[in-house]
Formats: sequence, structure tokens, C-alpha cells
Amino acid sequence: MTGLKLRGVRKSYDAVEVIKGVDLDIAPGEFVVFVGPSGCGKSTLLRMIAGLEEISGGDLFIGDKRMNDVDPAQRGIAMVFQSYALYPHMTVRENMGFALRFAKKPKDEIAQAVNEAARILELGPLLDRRPKDLSGGQRQRVAIGRAIVSHPDVFLFDEPLSNLDAELRVHMRIEVARLHKELATTIIYVTHDQVEAMTLADKIVVMRAGVVEQVGSPLALYDDPDNLFVAGFIGSPKMNFLAGVVEQDTVRLPEFGNQSIPLGHLTHPPAQGSEVTVGIRPESFKRGGDAGLELTIEIVEHLGNESFAYARQSGGQMLTLATENGRSLQPGQRIAARFNPAQIMVFDKSGQRIR
Amino acid sequence: MAKSRIGRAEQRSGWLFIAPTLVLLGLFMVYPIIWSLWMSFQTGRGMSHSFGGLTNIIRLTQDPVFLRALTNTGIFLVVQVPIMIVLALLFAAALNNPKLRFRGFFRTAIFLPCVTSLVAYSILFKSMFASDGVINDLAIALHLMDAPISWLGDPFWARTVIILAITWRWTGYNMIFYLAAMQNVDKSIYEAARIDGVPAWARFVYITLPMLKPVILFTTVISTIGTLQLFDEVNNITMGGPSDSTLTLSLYIYNLTFKFMPSLGYAATVSYVIVILVAVLSFLQFLVARDRKA
Repeated sequence: MTGLKLRGVRKSYDAVEVIKGVDLDIAPGEFVVFVGPSGCGKSTLLRMIAGLEEISGGDLFIGDKRMNDVDPAQRGIAMVFQSYALYPHMTVRENMGFALRFAKKPKDEIAQAVNEAARILELGPLLDRRPKDLSGGQRQRVAIGRAIVSHPDVFLFDEPLSNLDAELRVHMRIEVARLHKELATTIIYVTHDQVEAMTLADKIVVMRAGVVEQVGSPLALYDDPDNLFVAGFIGSPKMNFLAGVVEQDTVRLPEFGNQSIPLGHLTHPPAQGSEVTVGIRPESFKRGGDAGLELTIEIVEHLGNESFAYARQSGGQMLTLATENGRSLQPGQRIAARFNPAQIMVFDKSGQRIR
Repeated sequence: MAKSRIGRAEQRSGWLFIAPTLVLLGLFMVYPIIWSLWMSFQTGRGMSHSFGGLTNIIRLTQDPVFLRALTNTGIFLVVQVPIMIVLALLFAAALNNPKLRFRGFFRTAIFLPCVTSLVAYSILFKSMFASDGVINDLAIALHLMDAPISWLGDPFWARTVIILAITWRWTGYNMIFYLAAMQNVDKSIYEAARIDGVPAWARFVYITLPMLKPVILFTTVISTIGTLQLFDEVNNITMGGPSDSTLTLSLYIYNLTFKFMPSLGYAATVSYVIVILVAVLSFLQFLVARDRKA
């Protein structure tokens, strides 16, 4: 098993810097997910690791070897593309064996490797079909199979499930997780879908505008985000952000009729009068909490297992509430949304978390 | 009821819309085609002709000039089309490389011959390859040869000049098709191949060529038809000479109709030889290129 080390990795196109110095350690066998909005540089970073994009500055180590200028084929990686990138005129069998042909492997060894990959991915009955005769999910399995046969040290996945429909995406997500268990290889996986990131990753790397915002386990990022961006990006539905002004031990919320909520226990509480942003997750609203907000419900969404209420006060900002007794709620109803002040997060004006 | 009335009204306006085209097509295409088929069974000179049955077809097999023209056309086809297709593919692959500098310039330069007039460029080639033309002068000045070559007076060189000319004129045309097709290929397929360790030549042979197969087939058929109808260049550069060594079927048809004592029936028969050749060769090409199921 092989780990990776990135030290001050940069990428610029002429004067535009798109990756602004990334430091990252990836342990052998780890499942790392790069997540972030489109244009944040996560795919570019992955392609730099693959060798498809040149590295403008810094060092990339795969294992102990510096790989900045090594040919993609020599880096011990395999990549699965969003568009599958299958060779359209070849059968599934030929697609998976193509790389081995050029690695000068004997025919029976290629056949064995292909059959093994087909077994793992349950592609056996499809081996003689062409990509155009396969469904999206099957094509993606073939693309993964093509990556498996070369026994890479590191798998790279570039938004592999984005072209699939929702149901298939869930199914393939589980397949990918199972695959990681079975192969125990290092995987770097790029996605813009935070649910994929949360469910698959050992370690999530949240990126924005070419910068790594935070690195950590899924639950660490959910429970303890470093800044407003990570707090908003991780978790679904999104965390509520309320603009407030600090007063003594409370925060006054101008958008909510100047109601005040307790600041909670902060090691470094902000100065009185400073403007802050308070973050409350929709699922933090619970009956019997020590603090509360008076709100009017505007819309209720019933998903069956849970209900989301969208509520605000007199034309102010809308909050999302994941409610326990949601089925009985009605639009127009006034409620006191209770929550535990220990669960709120406070961010300063620049978006950094105040702890 | 109402529905069918609307249907009939739509039918009528539909036919009205295509009627002008149909009339013109019928008058200037379908009618001449049928008439020429009828003509091909007529014998006689000038305007006096009579039904001759298979006389013209028998005459074909015994006409040394026709056989000469057929052979010449075959030579042009077998030599020129493959050269041009391969060249066009190589140019397209080179121009598709995003790292190539002055891509726009090269693309324009290679395509530009296609927009020049057939007659104009033919005359230019004729003057360039004349005994005292710029090619001979240049080659002697550069000491590439001692004495001028009689390009247009020697059968081999005359054919070479014709092949050079049509290759120059049509390579860019085919290249544009390949370039368009290549730019439609998903780039990540090539990236996947790079990661798979497939060398550049193999990416071209095993990925680009198979993916371009439909376009290659199309251009091959178009080029084959074009070569079978080769006329302007030979008529303007060599007039079919020397001693019929560059005479093509089309030029022979022209000569039979307008130059010699007009023999319209026989000319029509030779025309139908081209029709049959195009049909047979196109069918063969489709047969070779068909998708074989494993």
C-alpha cells in the first residue's frame, strides 16, 4: 500500500493561479475525498496527481518517490473518469485488457486479470458487449474494472457518479465503498456531492478557490468546522446562518425581531458589539432545548421519515428546521423553535470559527 | 372527419412546398438520367442514331482507348486516394495537437487549395511543370537534377503531376472532416489511454483510427467518386496526353461527345460504366468497413 504527500503544490495558467499551495498527507490505504463547489480546483488537483496536468510548483510524492515529472503511466495510478472514457469500439473485455497489452503481459495473464476484475464487479455476462450496449452504471463499472486490472497503488476517481441517476448513484456509492474494503488500496475521490464525501471518506479535504479549507474525518468536519464555508458545505440540509451582534453573554439577532440567544461556552468570546454569524444546524432544533426563537412557519415539506419546516419572523431570513413533530405543523403557525445553546457555532466577520 | 380534412390540407400544402423542387429535379436530373440510359443503347453518329441493343457494350470491350482510359482511372484511384487519405489523417492528427504552434495558419494553408478554382489551379500547375517552368528551373538551380524533366511529355511524369495536383487540391478537404471528427472525441479517452501506458502511435492506431472509421469510409467513398469523375485537371494540364497516358473515363466521354464525331450513344454507355464502378466500389468499401460482431 502506498501513501501520498503533497507539499506546497501549485498550479497556474499564465497569471491565474488555480491551486494555491496545497499541503496534504494521505496515508496508505486511506479513502480521501476532495470536495468543494465547481471551480474550486479539486479536479485539477486530482489531474495533477494523475500527471494529466503539469505541476507549476511544489512537490508530489507517491510512496517515497517524487512524481512531479514522471509519466502518468509510471506513477502507479489508475483513474476513473466522469465520462467513463471507455474505448467505444472495443468490447468490455478489450477495454479492461488494453493497458495490460501494452505492459507486455502474456495473454493468459491478461485474461486472468480481466476475469478477476469482472468477478469483483459482476461484469461476467457483459464481457463481450460494447460500451454503447451498456447502461450508465454498467459503463462506470467497466471503467472501474479497467482501473482494477492494472493493480495500481492509488485509485483516482474524478466525479465518477455524476452522470448517473439518483438511485444508481446510491447503489454505486455502496459498490465503491465495498471495493475499497475488498482491495484496501489508497483511493482519492473527487466529488461536489457532500453526501458522497460523508458516506465514503476516511478523510475529507474541503476545497474552495484553490485552497484547502479544512481536512478531517467526515464527522469531525460536521461537528467541528473551522469556518463558515465548511460549516455550510458539510451537512444536508445546509446549516442556518444568522447574522447577529454580540451583547454581554448573548447574541442579538436583528433579522429576527432583535430576539437574543445565549452565546454558549466560548474559550475566546468575541468583544461586545462585534458582528458575528451564528450557525444552527436544522437538526439542532429539538423540543426542550434551553434556548429558543419565536418563528412563523411558512412552508412544510414532508419526506415521510422526517419533515422540514421553513420558518422566519416577519419577512426576515428563512430558517430550515428538521422537526420531530413535523407532521402536525401547519403553514402560518407560530412556534417557539427550541435548541440547545451548546450546539450553536459562532463565526467572526471573516468567517472563521470562534471557539 | 375534421381531422382527415386537416390531414388532407396539410398533405396538399406539403406537396405544394416540394413541387418546385420536384419539377426541377425531374426535369434536370431524373429525365436526363433515364434519357441517357436509353441513349446508351443507341448507335450512330451525330444526330442520326438507331437502337443498337448491346452493340455499344460489345464496342466497349474492343475499344483500346476506352480500356486505356479505364486503366488510367484505375491507376489514379489506386495510387492517389490512399496517399491522400493517409496524408489527410496525418495532417489532421498533427493539427489536432493543442501544443502545435501556428495551428490556425497551418489549418488555413492546408485547406486553402479547396477553395481555388479547378481550372485556375490546373493552369497554374501546367505552367509550373512546363519544360521551362518554375519546377524545372528551381530543381536545376538547386542542383537536384542536371537536365530539365519533360514533366508533361513523359507518361510516368505526366501521371505523377496529375496525382500531385489532385492531392494538393483535395487533401485539405478530407483533412477537415477528420479534424472535425477528432475534435468530437472525448479527450478523457486519450487521457485514460495515457494513464494506461498506451504509446502515442498506438493511441493513433488503436483509438483514433477506429473511432474515425465512419468518416474515413465516407471520405474514401467521396474521393473514389471524385477520382472516377476526374476531368478538369487532366483536360487542362495534359489534355489526356501524352498519347492518352492520362486520359480518364470522364475526359474520354467528353471527347466522344464534343471532340470527335459525336457518338452520343457510346458516350452514354461509357458514362454508365462510371455509374456501375461507383456503385460496386462504394458497396465494397461499406462491406470492408462494416461492424463485425464478435
